[in-house]
Order: sequence, then structure tokens, then C-alpha cells
Amino acid sequence: MNPNYLDFEQPIAELEVKIQELEQVGSGAELGIDEEIVTLRKKSTKLTEKIFANLSPWDIVKVARHPLRPYTLDYIPRIFTDFDELHGDRRFGDDKAIVGGTARLNGMPVMVIGQEKGRAVKDKVYRNFGMPKPEGYRKALRLLELAERFELPVITLIDTPGAYPGIDSEERGISESIATNLAVMSRLRTPIVCVVIGEGSSGGALGIGVGDHLAMLQYSTYFVISPEGCANIIWKSTDNAPDAAQAMGVTSGVLEELGIVDATIPEPLGGAHRNLELMADRIREHLVTQVTRLRQSPVEDMLEARYARLMSYGN
Amino acid sequence: MSWIDKILPSGVKSSTAETRRATVPEGLWKKCIKCDSVLYIPDLERNQQVCPKCGHHMRIGARRRLDLFLDDGGREEIFADIEPVDRLKFRDKKRYRDRLAGAQKSTGERDALVAMKGTLHGQPVIAVAFEFNFHGGSMGYAVGEKFTRAAQQALLERIPLVCFSASGGARMQEALISLMQMAKTSAVIERLHGAGVPYVSVLTDPIYGGVSASLALLGDLNIAEPDARAGFAGPNIIEQTIRQKLPKGFQRSEFLLEHGAIDMIVDRADLRNTLARLLAKFLGEPQPGRVDDEPGAVEAPAASAATPVAAPESAETAGEAGAAEASSEAGSVEDDTDSSAEASESRDDEDQETPPRSDG
Repeated sequence: MNPNYLDFEQPIAELEVKIQELEQVGSGAELGIDEEIVTLRKKSTKLTEKIFANLSPWDIVKVARHPLRPYTLDYIPRIFTDFDELHGDRRFGDDKAIVGGTARLNGMPVMVIGQEKGRAVKDKVYRNFGMPKPEGYRKALRLLELAERFELPVITLIDTPGAYPGIDSEERGISESIATNLAVMSRLRTPIVCVVIGEGSSGGALGIGVGDHLAMLQYSTYFVISPEGCANIIWKSTDNAPDAAQAMGVTSGVLEELGIVDATIPEPLGGAHRNLELMADRIREHLVTQVTRLRQSPVEDMLEARYARLMSYGN
Repeated sequence: MSWIDKILPSGVKSSTAETRRATVPEGLWKKCIKCDSVLYIPDLERNQQVCPKCGHHMRIGARRRLDLFLDDGGREEIFADIEPVDRLKFRDKKRYRDRLAGAQKSTGERDALVAMKGTLHGQPVIAVAFEFNFHGGSMGYAVGEKFTRAAQQALLERIPLVCFSASGGARMQEALISLMQMAKTSAVIERLHGAGVPYVSVLTDPIYGGVSASLALLGDLNIAEPDARAGFAGPNIIEQTIRQKLPKGFQRSEFLLEHGAIDMIVDRADLRNTLARLLAKFLGEPQPGRVDDEPGAVEAPAASAATPVAAPESAETAGEAGAAEASSEAGSVEDDTDSSAEASESRDDEDQETPPRSDG
């Protein structure tokens, strides 16, 4: 099994291996290798289209957690220019699971905040697998208030398996740190545009996820508890995670219907990792549109709309 | 099997904790789970469900809670008509709709939050309380909506809001709608803060997940009952993650006070007086008169608001034992975890309940 492909993608992986082998043999018109490669490429595309047209919610959970899935730090240099990372909550430390700083979006100064899971093992440990501690949410809070002070629109990129469940997290008040962010984001006097780029898990995701507009990438997920956690509680077994994913409606389609998600940003065929540049372009386009729109209305109107939207959840 | 079981004639069983509990006549006596004292239920009830021997605060339902807290006259229930909605048509082994119907039948409540307008020592207040027996006090649309409307009412009338929370967290069966209730309730609290309308959060055992990470810790004042458990992640989740035993008293009120999450720990018998005193200062009112005929007052030494319910020494020992029990319990029951959503189906005895888990 190819670790860079998910279980349901293995037929694609096999085709890709064949294509690679043929490419290594080299071009030889007389052998018809070039033609064969073209045929196989078409076949691979067709197969990918077919497989991705019928993804179950659980499949989408897997794509959202794909080992090659682009993370916040993959997107930042491709979506923004002139990024300066800012560090620390000024109270305890600098949480590596949340990155943030000032940047330019299409030339416009903005504040970017996102969770970062880390790619290689060492990097994942450094980033605590994208699980922020209270100092992470408090760093985010500091950057939010900084953005408000200097009228910078805020962009948040959501991708976390959840806030860190540990002794130190509880000692330093993980609940309060998230709750305060929810409260402050509800009234921050600058536009906030949120995008779920991978895994939006529960309060840990929401802690940087309250704003004027919420979008999800096509194969990202957002849930109140991980499908495994839900399955463990209800079915007493994580084997039922696919059932839980189905029942909770963790994908953008369902969440748009519920009026929680405003837009879905389509991903390149086979997922964001298959064409990172294209994905970044689409996110940038989306952000420019939303930030421009939000800046056109007076701040008071924007805040009233944000509040009304929060109050409407579940109605 | 102990030696005594071996010499007893067949049919006679030694009294294990389990059978001892079962032989206590129902309706008249209850055993305190902390100090093992057998308590006469009418006495216990008069003492607001606080063990007169060791001071252990047992769980009480939402209506009883509000009944104890508000002045006797002039109270009215508000926003009673808010119903839960099954937007996702959630179904696991059972339909969520059926689970709701069951919970409604067993508790007599429409959902897990009761809201009332009344007075506290004459000061008009709005008070809301979580009903833990309804789906583990979990927060879905109905809870979030009722809290929000109660808060908006408090804002409109510029009177304090007091919330007694007891919850396993966000309700799984309403998925992201539940999660968004965190944002919704936090947003309305922020408006209270902005308008200078006091919001007091009283933490009662237990509070976890999404309720902890939103309305329960956003009070102008956060106050906890003794020995209440509150945290973001349940102890079992933390133990599984870090593969370590949790320290004694972890996530208990005393831990929360020590780590700066709450302002004070207040005995149930003192809540009315303490809150009245605090709110009067925030509202610029004169000091309220001490009311000694508190609803829970039984024998003078036990219930006078000024005296601790039990001798401090014994209360402390009991508290420590309780914490030890809770942490060992948390380690041993991972397969039997009650979810926020399922806790209502768990056994009634508090000592059997693990803190419900939720990622909320």
C-alpha cells in the first residue's frame, strides 16, 4: 500500500506507479510508450473523478487528514505576501500549534492566524500535532486585538484535531482561553474571515473560528467531536467512526444546509494536495472577495450582521 | 472472597457495598457517597442535599436549584416553550428523537436548561440552571437558545444573570449546531459585559467540554460549589492522551481556585447570601440584610450560613478521599464512559457517574 494514497485511492496509486515506470523506460515512439502514458493518464484522471464523486463522509475525513494535505504554513506563502510571523501570548509562552502574523493579501495588510499540524514526525512533535494549549489561544487573542487596533482584517485558517487535552492545558485554563476568544471574536471591530482547510475539531477549532464568513474547503471536515470519539461513546467502538461521521454530518454540504457554513471552496481533482498552487489561488480569490465585501459596509453594520448570524445558529 | 464468606451458610452473602446500598429502604434513607453516613432523606432535603456529616454537595436538579436560590415569591418561568430540534435526523442505535422523548418523559423537562425570573433578597434577577439528568445537561440548540434569550432579557431589563451549570458539554446529536451554541452564548455574554450587566457563573458538578469552554467560564464572577469537577477534556481522555495518572483533586473546585479559574468556592447554604452581597456591590445597592432563615436551614450549627457545614477537618478528609476515588474511577471506566449525551441513561448514584466526556 502506498502511504501517500488513502485506502480508497489505491487503484489510482497503482495506475500512477505504472505511469512512472513507463516514464522511466523513456520515450520511444516505435514502442508506443508515449501513447500508452497518455492513455494511462486519462484513465487515472477518470478513475480519480469517479472515486472522488462518491466519497462518503468518512472518506472525506480521511482526505482532510491526508498525510500530504497542505497545512497553514504551506498556504501562507502562496496566498499572502510579506508575511511576518509574530510570536507569544505575552503571558506564558509561544504555542507552536498556532501560527500568526501580519501579511499582505493582494497588497492589503491583514492578520493571519492558523493552526499548524507539522509535516515530518519531528515537526509534528514541535507543533504538538496542531493541538493548541491555552497560550496558543491567548496568542491568537493578542493578534486579534492587535488587528482590531490597526484595522487589519483577520483571516483564520482552521486545521486542528482539537485543543490539547493535558494536565498543563487544564491548569492554565484551556476552557477559559477558548471561551474568551469566542466572546472577543463576536465583537471584534474588524472583518474576520474563517476557512476550514483540513480538520475542524470542536472547541479547539472554534477558538479561532468565529467571524463574519465561514468557508470550508471541499474535502475538509468540521465536527463537534471526532467521529472516533463519537463512535466510542455511542457504539462503544471506534470501528463505528464511519457511522458517526455519517450521522453527525461533518462535511461542508450538510453544514451549508444547516446554515452554519457560508461557502465551499472547490478543491483540485483528488484533493488540495494534488495541486497546492491551484488550491492556494482559489483560497486567495475567495479571501479577497470576502474581505473586500466586508470592508464596504460600516463596522457597526458588519458587527450587527455578525451578531445576528451567531444568534441564528440552530433556528 | 473473604474468610467470612467461606464459613457462612450458603444463601447468606456478605454485605458488599452494592448490596448494602440496595438494602437501604427506598425513599427514606440515603447513603452519602463520600462519608458513608446513612442520612434521613427529609433531613438531607432540608439541608439542600448537602451531607450534614461531611459537607458533600450532592447533585440537585434544575428546578430544585432555582427553588433554593430565588426568593419564595414572585418568580416566573421564562422561555419554557423552547423545544429541542433534531435538524440532522440523527440516528445511532436509537433515534435521537426517541432519546429526547425518553429524556423528556423521565425528567419532565423539554430540554436541559430551566430559566426563571425572580428576586434574590428582593433584587430582580434572571437565573438559569442546567438539568444534568436530561442528556447529561448537554448543550444543543434548545439549551443555547434558552440561555441566549434569558441573557437578552437580562440585558433588556438590566438585571443580573446567574447561571448554574452542570453539563457534559456540547450535545453530539446536534453536531455542529451544538458547537455553534458555544459561540452564540459567548457572544451574548460579551454584550452583557459590554453593557455592565452582571453575569455570575456558578459551577456545579460536573462541567466539561463545550459548556466549560463557553458560558461557564465567562462570568464576571466564576463561583464553584465545593468539590465540583470542571474542565475542558474529561479525565479519561487526558489519561489516554498523556498515559499518566492524574494528580489528586485534578479539575476539582479547589484545583480551579488554585489555578485562578474561579473567584471562590461557596457552600450551597451560603450561595444566596454571598451572591446577594456581591451583586449589591456591583449594582451600587446597599448591603442586603443577612437572611438567617435560608430555605435549607435545619439544625442551627449545620446550616447557619456563617458556619461550615461540617467540621473543616472531616470535610477535608472527605474531599481528598473523593478526589482519589474519582481519579481511580476515571482510569478504570474508559469503556463505560458516559457521554454528555448518554449520561442521562446512566445510573442515578453520583458515585457511579464518571465525568461525561465530550470534545466540545
